[in-house]
Amino acid sequence: MTALAHQFFADPSPVTDCAVSVLDVGKIYAEAVTALEHINVDFPRGQLTSLLGPSGCGKTTLLKIIAGLLPASSGEVFVNDRPVAGPGPERAFVFQDFALMPWANVLRNVAFGLEMRGIAKSEREQIARGYIDQVGLAGFEARYPHELSGGMRQRVGLARALAVNAEVLLMDEPFSAVDEQTRRKFQEDLLSLIAREKKTFIFVTHSIEEAVYVSDRIVLLSPRPGRIAQIIEPAIERGGDPDAIRRHPVYLDTVDAIWQSLKTYLE
Amino acid sequence: MAEHRFGVEAGPRGFRFSRAFPFQAPGKALREKRPSAAASFATHHLTLSFLSAVALCGAWEWAGLVPISPAFPTFSETMAALWSISADGSLAGAFAVTLQPLALGLVISMVLGVGLGVAMGLSPKTEWLASPIFIVAQSAPLAALIPLIVFAYGIGLTSKTIVVCIMAMPVIVLNSFAAVRHTPKSLIEMGESFLATRSKVITRIILPAASPVIFAGLRLGCASGFIGAVLGELLITPTGVGDLITYSRSIADYPTMYAAILSIMAFCVLFIEVLGRIEVTIFRPEKRASS
Ligand SMILES: Nc1ncnc2c1ncn2[C@@H]1O[C@H](COP(=O)(O)OP(=O)(O)OP(=O)(O)O)[C@@H](O)[C@H]1O
Ligand SMILES: [Mg+2]
Repeated sequence: MTALAHQFFADPSPVTDCAVSVLDVGKIYAEAVTALEHINVDFPRGQLTSLLGPSGCGKTTLLKIIAGLLPASSGEVFVNDRPVAGPGPERAFVFQDFALMPWANVLRNVAFGLEMRGIAKSEREQIARGYIDQVGLAGFEARYPHELSGGMRQRVGLARALAVNAEVLLMDEPFSAVDEQTRRKFQEDLLSLIAREKKTFIFVTHSIEEAVYVSDRIVLLSPRPGRIAQIIEPAIERGGDPDAIRRHPVYLDTVDAIWQSLKTYLE
Repeated sequence: MAEHRFGVEAGPRGFRFSRAFPFQAPGKALREKRPSAAASFATHHLTLSFLSAVALCGAWEWAGLVPISPAFPTFSETMAALWSISADGSLAGAFAVTLQPLALGLVISMVLGVGLGVAMGLSPKTEWLASPIFIVAQSAPLAALIPLIVFAYGIGLTSKTIVVCIMAMPVIVLNSFAAVRHTPKSLIEMGESFLATRSKVITRIILPAASPVIFAGLRLGCASGFIGAVLGELLITPTGVGDLITYSRSIADYPTMYAAILSIMAFCVLFIEVLGRIEVTIFRPEKRASS
């Protein structure tokens, strides 16, 4: 951590109401790869927290441990004060590679989570149609994933996660497989989604700009082994014009300060 | 149908706006040019298949006329022989006999093969137990094994069914195994994260994801099964189509011999085509939608 970074960022405010808290989590993969070590972090309810860090620092690993898809080697994760033992109905996952079923059309893909929860076909399809509409894919219900562009596929993945109405949305680099224009559009859409839905978002990215643009809080991870380097709260007003944020001096300074801080881990 | 795909007028809307420009439907200038009617007839896949069949039959006719070998009949002689064995009922009679070990063997191989392959894909224990058998069986010299089979099971239906199974099963098992093992990991994680139970993950994700490769194995396996059925009849005791082939060869009636071979091949191709149709109809709705 550079002196500059220390001067620039105020200490993060204490989290009073946390939806997810990670307590001293460590992860050692087979072949003695230590992916995470002593991770302690709280995710405030109703906010978007980014996990940011260079490739291989354990962002996906941490997210999957929170999702209950991967057991932690040590420590514990609590969601609403209950320890995580596996996937749960209060969490939904958006995958980096979309993870859509190629043999199922958009409607079935979006309704998948509801189907697994045993909701009747007509009801789940009605709910799914609502979310398909919300992500802007109305009219594409009967299409198959291979007929959609990458951006449209990720909208399907997002609609599927929204459809189960989970409190916590876990997103693993959801926009990394789409082009830059679509990505910016997605980021703006995400901001309005956060404003609309009172959900807790945990968002993995390796783009500094993206993290600063969408996050209430940024958890900086350092690699080998993955540790928390810093927690940052960009003080950016997100109410008005989405394009104004990208020109906001605080936005630009925060991006630069994070870059200065991360640079030390790349040498 | 490409036109259909591009014909969508309403591009998807953004979460809030409807001017997400990467999604706009391509304008007129980008539409595919429609080829002329004559050109589209000439390049239609049915036309092309027909032409290649005509070329093949023509080459056969020519090769028979040269002749390459006195034992190689022309195409027209073979067709005449095919007509006569069809007319006098000997072909149908032969098929009725051959179909017994064939159908039995194929059903056993398909059901057991897919079941075993899937079980091996799902559980490493089953894999260790069963995979060496099929890897060895796949390369087994069948002709050398036949005397053993006859010794153990006699010369009847059982032995011939076993020959069909030995030919068909390994590739079905190994393909099903590989298909299940190669289910994309993120799809399985997706299922788990949306609270699918293990059995739902298997039936809703692993099996549909594996079905293209399982069916590829079924097609290959069934083709080998057909070979196995004829091989059994040639090497164990001549019955059915095998008898027709052996007998017409022994009296130097080569057109009939080739007609018998041709008919079993045609039947095999037809069977595999039906299998492909079943696959697309039941398991691959996305292929139906795009074709
Ligand atoms: N299944 C695994 N087995 C062994 N090691 C693994 C496994 N998955 C990840 N790792 C290791 O754990 C570390 C963290 O991986 P992880 O995928 O969490 O990184 P990441 O921060 O998500 O990286 P990226 O930005 O490239 O996605 C890496 O060093 C990686 O090699
Ligand atoms: Mg990752």
